[in-house]
Amino acid sequence: MKKKYWKQNLIYLRILLTVWFICSFGFGILMAEYLNNFYLGGFPLGFWFAQQGSIYIFVILIFIYVYLMNKLDEKYNLKE
Amino acid sequence: MDSQFWTYLLVGITFTIYIGIAIWSRAQSTKEFYIAGAGINPVINGMATAADWMSAASFLSMAGLISVLGYGGSQYLMGWTGGYVLLALCLAPYLRKFGKFTVPDFIGERYYSSNARFIALICAIFISFTYVVGQMKGVGVAFSRFLEIPFENGVIIGIGIVFFYAVLGGMKGITYTQVAQYCVLIFAFTVPAIYISLQATGNPIPQVGFGSKTMDGVYLLEKLNQLSVDLGFEKYTDINRTTLINVFFITSALMFGTAGLPHVIVRFFTVPKVRDARISAGWALLFISILYTTAPAVAAFAKVNLINTVSNARYADVPDWFKNWENTGLLQFDDKNQDGVIQYVADSQINELTVDPDIMVLANPEIANLPAWVVGLIVAGGLAAALSTAAGLLLVISTSISHDLLKKNLNPKISEKGELWAARIAIAVAVVAAGLAGLNPPGFVAEVVALAFGLAASSFFPAIILGIFDKRMNKEGAISGMIVGILFTAIYIFYFKPQLGGPGTPDNYLFGISPEGIGTIGMFINFIIAIIVSRFTKPTPERIKQLVENIRYPK
Repeated sequence: MKKKYWKQNLIYLRILLTVWFICSFGFGILMAEYLNNFYLGGFPLGFWFAQQGSIYIFVILIFIYVYLMNKLDEKYNLKE
Repeated sequence: MDSQFWTYLLVGITFTIYIGIAIWSRAQSTKEFYIAGAGINPVINGMATAADWMSAASFLSMAGLISVLGYGGSQYLMGWTGGYVLLALCLAPYLRKFGKFTVPDFIGERYYSSNARFIALICAIFISFTYVVGQMKGVGVAFSRFLEIPFENGVIIGIGIVFFYAVLGGMKGITYTQVAQYCVLIFAFTVPAIYISLQATGNPIPQVGFGSKTMDGVYLLEKLNQLSVDLGFEKYTDINRTTLINVFFITSALMFGTAGLPHVIVRFFTVPKVRDARISAGWALLFISILYTTAPAVAAFAKVNLINTVSNARYADVPDWFKNWENTGLLQFDDKNQDGVIQYVADSQINELTVDPDIMVLANPEIANLPAWVVGLIVAGGLAAALSTAAGLLLVISTSISHDLLKKNLNPKISEKGELWAARIAIAVAVVAAGLAGLNPPGFVAEVVALAFGLAASSFFPAIILGIFDKRMNKEGAISGMIVGILFTAIYIFYFKPQLGGPGTPDNYLFGISPEGIGTIGMFINFIIAIIVSRFTKPTPERIKQLVENIRYPK
């Protein structure tokens, strides 16, 4: 039973950390030059990801994780 | 009323508040002194973490660096925020479940070895001390530039304030003062930003104004790109391919370093439950992101304002603030061609103006003609940022000595009361030592502060992650990983930093990685060494496997 909880936790981590990597190192750095061909208002898109977007996504990722884990704690009756 | 008056008034009021909080929240036990009794509300802890985290460098220097580097400044923005995702997902909940007082505590118990604990406490003290000296220096600078108090007296006033509330209140006093300091610093940072965003674009939200059109109908960033090109600089938003690899490695060293800094990790010991530790990291990053998304906007606005004001202006006509900042040495004008006009261009043969990046935040209110009280606010905010970070770091140093060294290594029979006194004495000594070092800073302090991240990334981060996620990781693996990782990183840094007397030149960088980014490689070396060594040495004892199993579940 507990093993499943841990496995599910690791799946969440993998997905969320992949998004974390793609949005910062991917969109913000490695792909930024290409993305700068597109615009978001006055922002070249790669520049926007590097100086604004990645930070918003980081915040959202943590709150998604908190939501998922609180549900998981309840499902496996591990809520303190 | 002039800005001097407002600065005295606002600094006086904020300092009185900090002292009041310290008296109100005295620590009665070691648990209160070390981790505020583990009774802090997660939102409050998020705010305290944000203040703990944002130092004088974040508040005073970061926006200026971004305005110089343009896109390249993104490494600080992503690097100093992305680590919180790692903290929330991979460290904070498990360390909270472990439920002890310090990071060396975790390393020592998880790796069943007082040697591991000792190495961890040396790393913790080394990282924290280099960092805190920079904060003390920041306090002295803020006082000396704005209040015309000599630098030394500024540092001494700073020591006095931190001494008072850290010695009296420990973590409990520090937590509640940090909450007040967060409010002061975030208000001080955003108010001028809102003003200049309104002035330039008519939009009060700097994060949006930064991507909007200016009054003449051109997008602000487009205008900035154009101005930069006209003066011979690179376009502000352009990505420089030759430095991209460094941006990648520096960003990652700062992220992993953040997740390995003891004064940040220990904040998650102060909340009551595992679920509080998770959400608390979310609040912390939310509070931090307010400053971190405003800073790049300030950088862009300030740069446009600066270029518009000084470029090709007649020296005789420049505003008063220009001359004031010239007196501090942060602005330097050298009329090379004797035409009485300021040439501010990329070509160093022709360029006549040297701008210290710090000026972008410090002089911003004056450049944008903001009211005098905003200047006072900036000073109070800068002091709040420096003092809150200094206090958090000093606590790590004092707990490392009184708890990890004295109680766990030298004298396990020490009484609760004795340990509390030892903690107070240790923090008092640490405050004074940091202040003295700040008064008389070795030239390289500023350099070393940025490098503390590389050291944390290459030592603590892998040891903690493996301790949680890899049951087979044993003491042999973790200790050899930490030692090799931190030594590799430290040697590379010393070798390649001319400011530290190193003989290396950038041509010889490993894969072109600068010392600021080398922590990333040090971290990978640590991981690899630890895993290989652990697979060829004695397996972890059964009780340690139980311990790891235990911290993985909230209940």
